[in-house]
Amino acid sequence: MATATHLLTPEEAEADVRPEAVVVRFAGDSGDGMQLTGGQFTLSTALAGNDLATFPDFPAEIRAPQGTTFGVSAFQINFGSAAIDTAGDAPDVLVAMNPAALKTNVEDLKPGGLIIADEGEFGARNLAKAGYGANPLEDGSLAPWQVIKFNISQLTLDAVKPFGLGNKEALRCKNMWTLGLALWMFDRDRAPIVEWLRAKFAKAAELAEANIAALNAGHAYGETAEIGGQIPQRHIDPAPAEPGLYRTVTGAESISLGLVAGAQLAGLKMFFGGYPITPASAILHHLSRLKEYGVTTFQAEDEIAAIGSAIGAAYAGSLGVTSSSGPGIALKAEAMGLAIMAELPLVIVNSQRGGPSTGLPTKTEQSDLYQAVYGRNGDAPMPVIAARSPADAFDCAIEACRIAVQYMTPVMLLTDGYIANAAEPWRVPDMSAYPPFPVRFHEEAPAEGEGFNPYARDDRLARIWVKPGTPGLTHRIGGIEKNFGTGHIDYAPANHQKMTDTREAKVLGVAASIPEQEVCLGGPGARLAVVGWGSTFGPIHQAVRRARARGLDVAHVHLRHIWPLPRNLGDLLRSYGRIIVPEMNKGQLKTLLRDQFLVDARPVNKVSGQPFKIAEIEAAIDEALR
Amino acid sequence: MNELTKLTPKDFATDQEVRWCPGCGDYAVLKAVQRTMPELGVRPENVVFVSGIGCSSRFPYYMETYGFHTIHGRAPSFATGIKLANPDLDVWIITGDGDALSIGGNHSMHVLRRNLDCQILLFNNEIYGLTKGQYSPTSRAGTRSPSTPFGSVDRPVSPCAFALGSGARFVARGIDVHKNLPDVLKAAHAHKGASFVEIYQNCIVYNDDVFAPFTAKENAGNQLWLKAGEPMLFAAGTKGIALDREALALRVVDVADGDWQGAGILVHDPKNRSIAHMLVEMPSVAFPTALGVLYEDPAPTFESAVVRQNAEASAGKKPDLQALVSKGQSWMVTKEPHVI
Repeated sequence: MATATHLLTPEEAEADVRPEAVVVRFAGDSGDGMQLTGGQFTLSTALAGNDLATFPDFPAEIRAPQGTTFGVSAFQINFGSAAIDTAGDAPDVLVAMNPAALKTNVEDLKPGGLIIADEGEFGARNLAKAGYGANPLEDGSLAPWQVIKFNISQLTLDAVKPFGLGNKEALRCKNMWTLGLALWMFDRDRAPIVEWLRAKFAKAAELAEANIAALNAGHAYGETAEIGGQIPQRHIDPAPAEPGLYRTVTGAESISLGLVAGAQLAGLKMFFGGYPITPASAILHHLSRLKEYGVTTFQAEDEIAAIGSAIGAAYAGSLGVTSSSGPGIALKAEAMGLAIMAELPLVIVNSQRGGPSTGLPTKTEQSDLYQAVYGRNGDAPMPVIAARSPADAFDCAIEACRIAVQYMTPVMLLTDGYIANAAEPWRVPDMSAYPPFPVRFHEEAPAEGEGFNPYARDDRLARIWVKPGTPGLTHRIGGIEKNFGTGHIDYAPANHQKMTDTREAKVLGVAASIPEQEVCLGGPGARLAVVGWGSTFGPIHQAVRRARARGLDVAHVHLRHIWPLPRNLGDLLRSYGRIIVPEMNKGQLKTLLRDQFLVDARPVNKVSGQPFKIAEIEAAIDEALR
Repeated sequence: MNELTKLTPKDFATDQEVRWCPGCGDYAVLKAVQRTMPELGVRPENVVFVSGIGCSSRFPYYMETYGFHTIHGRAPSFATGIKLANPDLDVWIITGDGDALSIGGNHSMHVLRRNLDCQILLFNNEIYGLTKGQYSPTSRAGTRSPSTPFGSVDRPVSPCAFALGSGARFVARGIDVHKNLPDVLKAAHAHKGASFVEIYQNCIVYNDDVFAPFTAKENAGNQLWLKAGEPMLFAAGTKGIALDREALALRVVDVADGDWQGAGILVHDPKNRSIAHMLVEMPSVAFPTALGVLYEDPAPTFESAVVRQNAEASAGKKPDLQALVSKGQSWMVTKEPHVI
């Protein structure tokens, strides 16, 4: 499974895994509905019992000019009969809805791979927009691949004719025709998609029926002799999986669910302050529908107000949560410092995207690690954890909530655009298996004649949490340094030293509450360790598995806790001959590891806005062992 | 509240040494607030003072209530989270002209238009005091300061005009040392929704006497204290405000022998938003300065709407975490996967 909790058995890990797996990429104009097609194909794949991973890749523009290369939206899915950890290096099948989609994607296709093209869109105008001098479907330039072309646009128009839609609306059904064909190619059941269409267009029955007709027509087209056996139908067996109830989940969904679960395990109401930003907004959207779980969502006027309101709610006794992406996190930095100083629990979710500045809003990157660990004024320590996959994000969100309330500190949860948007099968967890961590608010008034110290601490060094409204405990907190013993303003040199040391010790102390670092493939002492964090888990895991199958002495170590680091990590890293750190940035975890442990961690970097390919990491492994 | 638990101003004072400059108008405002509190019938533990950064923002440390001294300009956002998390709390925002109208202008606008139930006390001294005297967004054009040695060239913002423009439903003005300030504070507290109070506050060090043309004892005749249902008279009833219906503008008219009706003096209707706009824009010296409750017209509050919507959306739904995580199209894996 592509879930983080599933670690392979030694036999599985050592086996040269050549699973039956297929990578399909749907590419079209951003108005062609490719993300919808991909999403429904994913659902049908999951229902068929295959393991899968997806990679939605879409432009930042909502509706880029039609037919242009920069308006191409793509959705890639890798599915198979064995564990799938990545969305696949190169597609086996490319569905190209227009010349621009073909042009921007065809080079990724495996040699001999299959192109399915909508011939109806390959007119002179669209060819020119894509920058083609001649029609690639006819000039032989696609010779390295198999090409199947037919006029999907016309076939769709024919299929939906009985429903009396306008030409534009009728052509909108093209994506369902294509989906129907893909469902036939992989021997899939149409019933769940039909059900979904009926629900989606509950208020417009003719649209539902037209889309269903297109879906059926695409399916029938594959089934009948029209293609003359050009497209072999392929059945991929279900992947072995632990028994249980499964669903698909995206990172944005699992983080939202994990935050709700975290608040419930803490016995708190949740307050979520957010501001729209790609790719983080989906978390706000999900949570705004979960009010019956004691969730209040607030769309603030800006990123600063979003975190300010969350800190205010934390002060008033709720679990405060805010979420954003790099540029918004930058705006929140001053308020994070206040939460550190006021020692209030807060979860900050950063769905990283390509940076700096506006950067690549819809593309993925892991370049906010420095920002998370170091990015505030003053000595401002804050726990940081990173999710490795959509499913793993659920447990990470719960862990972030636990640390926040047990240590009275803001916690940053790092995810990225890839995790936020990608879907994978998720074994529904048994919620009764999660130990609760109920919060106890401080309510006891101090003894007569004794002052009340709002900065009194427990053995974890966590400050007491007093809700306004509690009689006898009125007090003031804020961003100015406070006296260790009284909580009053205090600028004295020795006191600032003591408070700074205390805040640092408190956050470093979190390491006592987290598990020791495990090795997820191989063991300690290998010739090479590949150390990763976040969404690079999939490609690293597969690359290390393949390298081990080739007899190489390589291990995979994947960090969830970025700060503080697990207490055994230094010894573990020092046990390896060499260390490489693949990251979708210029070497940020690498710097952290070198700084903390004086180990010779070498960077493997990629900042193209695209996830690592397995082959790229395999090449880095070979290079490191040369 | 019975007599036994009757609180006094002292019950609202902390043991902290107040650290404003000697003679600062902030002392007078602090006293006025501490004097007003016992008359509001509130318990100290249910009151939260939230502030940003600046001289005035030290205020919460001196109030024996709950208090949160936050970051520059952002107090309204913290107050919003506090009030949404616990709508029973009595929330006061303490801010200044730089805090509320420069770095925090955005938050001020939104807390007002949302109509969060809170009191916003804006200490306007037309200067940056804590950073040693730079001109502020309310400083008059030509203000000489360390950052504008040749005089400021930009035009100031009028706090009350800003509040009205942002959709405030309660706009009032007071003077730091004036005896009427507690009455203005009481009216602000009684109003359900965001109550915006501009307090003219003298900065004795960097902008001394900037408001003297209407605050000095000898200039008290330039104060127009508004009262609902009463004529807009000032200068001991010898002058009043009338509406020039041709020009749609206010003008000052003399009132002889108390015959304000004969002079066409306006009667203050706090619900009249158009007149309120004219009152806050009256240029100083040529006109008196309008004080007291300039505008009040209650509307539903933000937090009550949020609470209602949360309740409606939750009605009849039982929170069940296991059901929540199991939602959506799912399938059961036994030995052979099959759809459920």
